[in-house]
Amino acid sequence: MLELSDYNVSYGQSRVISDFNLTVPDNEIVAIMGRNGMGKTTLLKSLIGMIPMEGSIRLNGVELSGCKSHKRVKSGLGFVPQGRMIFSTMTVKENIETGLTAVGGGSVPSDLYDLFPVLHEMRKRRGGNLSGGQQQQLAIARALASNPRVLILDEPTEGIQPSIIKDIAKTLREIRDARNLTILLSEQVLSFALDIADRILVIEKGEIVHDDPRDSVDENKVASYLAV
Amino acid sequence: MFQGYTAAELTSIFAMQGFAGLSLFSVFVLMALGLAIIFGQMGVINMAHGEFMILGAYVTYLTSNFFSEHLSSMFSLYFFVAMILAFIAAALLGALVEWVLIRHLYRRPLDTLLATWGLSLILQQGYRTIFGAREVGVTLPDWLMGSYAITDMIEVPVNGLFVMCLTILITIGVYLVMQKSRLGKQTRAVVQNRAMAGAVGINTEKVDRFTFALGCGIAGIAGSAFTMIGSTGPTAGQLYIVDTFLVVVFGGASNLLGTVASAFTISQAQSTMEFFLSGSMAKVLTLLTVVGILMLRPQGLFTLKIRS
Repeated sequence: MLELSDYNVSYGQSRVISDFNLTVPDNEIVAIMGRNGMGKTTLLKSLIGMIPMEGSIRLNGVELSGCKSHKRVKSGLGFVPQGRMIFSTMTVKENIETGLTAVGGGSVPSDLYDLFPVLHEMRKRRGGNLSGGQQQQLAIARALASNPRVLILDEPTEGIQPSIIKDIAKTLREIRDARNLTILLSEQVLSFALDIADRILVIEKGEIVHDDPRDSVDENKVASYLAV
Repeated sequence: MFQGYTAAELTSIFAMQGFAGLSLFSVFVLMALGLAIIFGQMGVINMAHGEFMILGAYVTYLTSNFFSEHLSSMFSLYFFVAMILAFIAAALLGALVEWVLIRHLYRRPLDTLLATWGLSLILQQGYRTIFGAREVGVTLPDWLMGSYAITDMIEVPVNGLFVMCLTILITIGVYLVMQKSRLGKQTRAVVQNRAMAGAVGINTEKVDRFTFALGCGIAGIAGSAFTMIGSTGPTAGQLYIVDTFLVVVFGGASNLLGTVASAFTISQAQSTMEFFLSGSMAKVLTLLTVVGILMLRPQGLFTLKIRS
């Protein structure tokens, strides 16, 4: 279970996320929606420790505030950033191996290659020479290598063709079922969010303005939040 | 400038100056390796790198003295022990400096420049206090003295060949560490994207300390090699720092092959021209050529070809 309480993130004097409270139970897929500039990326980056935060973040009861990024990964958070940010001059295999640091190294587990066969095919290519969709799969595999309890994805569909978006939704659900993962993702594409999530949040100016389980979500209402 | 020499003489001059330049080449490569690793990894320009080299040279001097006094039967082997000790001493000092000084100054490149400059002055004064202002030299074991006569006119110094072989081995070793070892892979990930490396679970602070210590340790080995081409004094390292930066920039930072190629070019050009011209004229010509090439190829000699 991931719990955020009295959670604040600021850039200098400007507060982007204010007094956020959120509980994500195990095994749930939560999509955070909202227009640009409403704090989605800031929230997710602060969860993994790339941006300083205040307040409390607890994963299965363990307090993570004040921990550096690598400690948070070791405690069970996995992060797939916006724009993938794979290590472009390193090979696909080496990219995945960086994710194994938190679990003490070793070779790439075969189930990761089973999930993403294309990565096995391309394991000797440099990450920077992969297409956008392949890089996204690589970023997910790299995050899964540390065997996280909670997988955080920042706009996984950005810049990816619609047919592959459907595949990613399916794969993420499969991974959740196989590994009992909790998944927290930010999203702009409503259809993808409805496809994948168990619960949909909308944030506006750093606060939750809408929080519904997938089944009772009012699509028009969520769409109205996303409209400019 | 070639008047008065026959073709045969010129050939032997080029060959001999080329071989004489091998020691300089080795020092350049080892210095530049350390500097490039540290600069590529942390964006820290280590102005005290020459002093780490001199630390290695003093350690070599101390080891040579110790062997000649207490272990004279094994004197012929002292250089190997000296190199290992030089590496350890310089790496330990490097790790300490990183912990005390450098890690507080990341993302402040100008401040690290000043701080490491200050550190170099402190180290120089430290050497002066401990070892005295007079330069010291080491005695080479017999098997490193002398030269092979290839033809009547061409003679190759043994120590130059030996140091070059060592340099090649160390370069290959560093390459393997960076490419294959877990810490090497982590280092490359941090070089590419520090924040993201942390977010996949890499302890970036540990990697920084390892890298800085490794770079300084290699400078220590460069110091061991240095004792063969010059005498060791408190300020001797300072003379090499500019040349080493030149090697790093010319080779294209963070590319091992480029570093080796550029060290070779610069040291050979320097060594060959010094025979015909004065030392400072040779330096002027080398610098002008490098500046010219860098204007045409600002990224350095070698770069990787990848998409974004």
